[in-house]
Amino acid sequence: MNPVNLFLLVAALFLVLLPFLRGAYQRIWLLGGVLLMAVVTSVPAWQVLTGATREWLLPGNGVIGEIPLRLDGLSAWFILIINLVFLTGAVYGLSYLRHYQAHRNTLTLHYLSFLLLHLALLSLCVIQNSLVFLVMWEVMTLAAFVAVIFEHEKWVTVKAGINFLIQSHISLLLLMVGFLYGAIHTGSYDLAAFAGLPGGRGTATALMLLFIAGFGIKAGFVPFHTWLPYAHPAAPAHISGIMSGVIIKIGLFGILRMLLILSVDFTTVGYLLLAVSLVSGVYGVMLAIVQHNLKKLLAYHSIENIGIIGLGIGLGCIGLGGGHPLLAALGFGGALLHILNHALFKSLLFYTAGNVYQATHTLHIEHLGGVMRKMPLTSLLFLVAAIAICGIPPFNGFVSEFLVYAGLYQWMQEASLVTLVVIIFTIMGLVLIGGLALLCFTKAFGIVFLGNARRGHAGAEVSRGQLAPLWVLALLILLIGTFPQVFTGFLARPVAQFTAMVPHAGAAVEMGTSGLEPVPLSGVVNGMVTPVAAAAWGVILVSLLLWALRSLVIRTKSQETSPTWSCGYVAPTPKLQYTAGSFARSYTKLFRAVLTFSRRERGVDAIFPAGGHYESHADDKMEKWFVDKPVNGFQWLMSRLLFLQNGKLQVYILYGILFMAAVILIPVFTGWLGDLLQFLKQL
Amino acid sequence: MLSALLILIAALFFTGIINRTKSMASGRKGPGVLQPLFDVWRLFRKGSVYPATAGILFRVAPTICLASIFMALLVVPFGREKGLLSFSGDFVFFAYVLALGRFLSIVAALDTGSSFEGMGASREALYGMLAEPAFFVLMGSLALLTGHTSFHEIFNALHLGSWVSYALATLATFVLVMIAMIENSRMPVDDPKTHLELTMVHEVMVLDHSGFDLGLILTAGYLKFAIFGALIVNLFIGMVPTGYAIPLFFLIQGGMAVAVGLIESFMARFRMSHNPQFITVLTSVALLVFFGVLLISGRFL
Repeated sequence: MNPVNLFLLVAALFLVLLPFLRGAYQRIWLLGGVLLMAVVTSVPAWQVLTGATREWLLPGNGVIGEIPLRLDGLSAWFILIINLVFLTGAVYGLSYLRHYQAHRNTLTLHYLSFLLLHLALLSLCVIQNSLVFLVMWEVMTLAAFVAVIFEHEKWVTVKAGINFLIQSHISLLLLMVGFLYGAIHTGSYDLAAFAGLPGGRGTATALMLLFIAGFGIKAGFVPFHTWLPYAHPAAPAHISGIMSGVIIKIGLFGILRMLLILSVDFTTVGYLLLAVSLVSGVYGVMLAIVQHNLKKLLAYHSIENIGIIGLGIGLGCIGLGGGHPLLAALGFGGALLHILNHALFKSLLFYTAGNVYQATHTLHIEHLGGVMRKMPLTSLLFLVAAIAICGIPPFNGFVSEFLVYAGLYQWMQEASLVTLVVIIFTIMGLVLIGGLALLCFTKAFGIVFLGNARRGHAGAEVSRGQLAPLWVLALLILLIGTFPQVFTGFLARPVAQFTAMVPHAGAAVEMGTSGLEPVPLSGVVNGMVTPVAAAAWGVILVSLLLWALRSLVIRTKSQETSPTWSCGYVAPTPKLQYTAGSFARSYTKLFRAVLTFSRRERGVDAIFPAGGHYESHADDKMEKWFVDKPVNGFQWLMSRLLFLQNGKLQVYILYGILFMAAVILIPVFTGWLGDLLQFLKQL
Repeated sequence: MLSALLILIAALFFTGIINRTKSMASGRKGPGVLQPLFDVWRLFRKGSVYPATAGILFRVAPTICLASIFMALLVVPFGREKGLLSFSGDFVFFAYVLALGRFLSIVAALDTGSSFEGMGASREALYGMLAEPAFFVLMGSLALLTGHTSFHEIFNALHLGSWVSYALATLATFVLVMIAMIENSRMPVDDPKTHLELTMVHEVMVLDHSGFDLGLILTAGYLKFAIFGALIVNLFIGMVPTGYAIPLFFLIQGGMAVAVGLIESFMARFRMSHNPQFITVLTSVALLVFFGVLLISGRFL
């Protein structure tokens, strides 16, 4: 059977029957649905990644035309990532949601939205009819919205959801304008037809900028990132993981897809992406450090990682524009690998944060502490992900960042003066991102999991079943770090799609067509990461060796425990520990220019003081400038027109009559006007 | 292989020479050059006292920390001899594997739940973050100058010809020495001999370590110095045949140790709040090297 029909059948079957099931059957049904959809799509995706591109044509209708579904290397890569994250997410989510058994209707709705989300994301990867793409985009947005507002009895959650919904629709609007423009000027809704857009490079580039803005809202590039830090903490843990792991990546997929289709001025787009990504990366991590909510911290980190991926894409574009295939391969390769890497460690971080939330019922970093003693496995998993996200060997984050660095240093060899300055500042930015990420995650891990509990939270390790998908993710993180050449090998086809567009490889390369031979470049990239694998193995082996030596030596030695040294002070309480705020204090002082804080405090001042109170929040300056100020201005403008809405029924009827009159009279008037013009012309 | 061996030998004496220089500068007789080794040896044979708050991470961290420094050691070449690991972009690995050590030592410090150690950890993370760009810009400029992207190739292709390149090598040496001082938490940034926990960086982070683990940490410190010393040596010996390079290696390492000792004797530690400025200056100096390279390679038109 055709995989497309099979997929549609499976999706329809599981979606329709899900609401009629109860309790455990419903959970199994959901898991089965996700699993079957994943299998049905992964098999062809895997074949494509190792073989030839596939294409199907669905009969559409008179309005939208036929719906071409094309499965190429890029789609295959994303489909596999989506399936991986959804499978682990579903298994984790079902255990996570056990505590919400009582809300049966909410759960059913949530499961439905989960399946729909999976369906929509998978189909977005292959659909190449712009109208249907937009429809699926909207399905994805709505499903994600429903999934996010799972705890809809909380006002904050609903507010975050609506924020997400509005910003997503701005994204949809921009995409709609872009797609309709393309459709009108090429006469076809088929995305492949966009390659022949009249107007040349300039028009294509302008259109690309529109798409970057539209997809960039979904991806969370600064300054379009403001929905992320609200939506991620509001959603339940598995949805946060999925959002950060794949939903924001679908924005990047859109950008990559359009780069393959539109014949844009790659150099301009590349530099633009480079600048935006650098700002996103540095800004994201800078704000992440000062967050008090663990999930919000992770959300800002997603923005940072989108920045790193964007850097890769930007480098790749510059490579394409400058006829530098190796740079293109390293840039796109690094970006695509980091998309997988980020999906792995960020979902792992969100899931472990979810475990912490379940055990302690708070995500406030300053209230936590000492979690590791009660939840050793969760803590270990968080630690692995935290080291990986800092881009430190032997884990996966290092490999993709290494590719981006390698691209930058390769590019350096044949760059001109201005370019060199750009490169050196990009390198500095990337290094700064790495250093700040280290500061951020030592803070997050150290304060939340180590030391003593700051408030008396009870909590125990979550069930083994809930941890199982997390181990899978951690294992993959380690595997990519230690066998990167295998994964860059899988990347050969998607990367070759891009490198085939390097100008000197033939000016008339048909873009988005099938059957591109993987260029030997992938061999070069593989050759570059192979020694990294050796080095990663070295780190692991030397550590194990030293540990064995240590165990051998200290076996015969005495081991005692005594209180931590506190300068002779004998009665330390958990409150005396270093807090997250104090850990980041010297940093916040240093970067005052970028960070703003709003404080609320009530001092302890009277002779018999009532309880003092101090609260500080890190504000997002970008949000203030790019969202709050324009919205406030618009509200002010609208409030000037408030007199129209005066609550008098008669006036409203008058509006109605005026409107109808206008509808009738305007064509008449334009007719007269036309006649008048005709008459004047004749004169 | 040779480079690893040489660095290990240099590490044996480096800290001893620093201490000896300091004692001589302050008019004391001072301990022998091998005293640090005896210290470590004694620690290796002692039992340990662990803080009650600390868990497994506190025990694992020193091991992985030393392992990471050992891996960093392996990528450093020696003149014409490659390091054991040598690949395109190995200096990126060098910096990031050192970051692994930093990550774990910070986390281990936080594991004790002591606010002193938290303070040191916070400073370590901040200074490390600020110092890293300098290293990457420096290596980037050298990569640009030579057209290569691995330690071994870069140092081999580094020709010191004109006066400008000598100036650049001097600046590069300055940057590397200062990065070494920051990485090792030495004088202008941190005072290893201070007696007040509030003003320490590195020393306060290891306050609660003892026995074998403390020995590992001290070893890591010795190795780190010798590694950065070896990098500086490499700036100058690219063209020298190995027979002459080995004595030169020890000469420069010894010279650096004496210089560190003298800096420690005659300089005061900066105020903590001034340290970030100082470290950021390093990045500017590295940028100066970069523009110097632009000048030499004729890219300024």
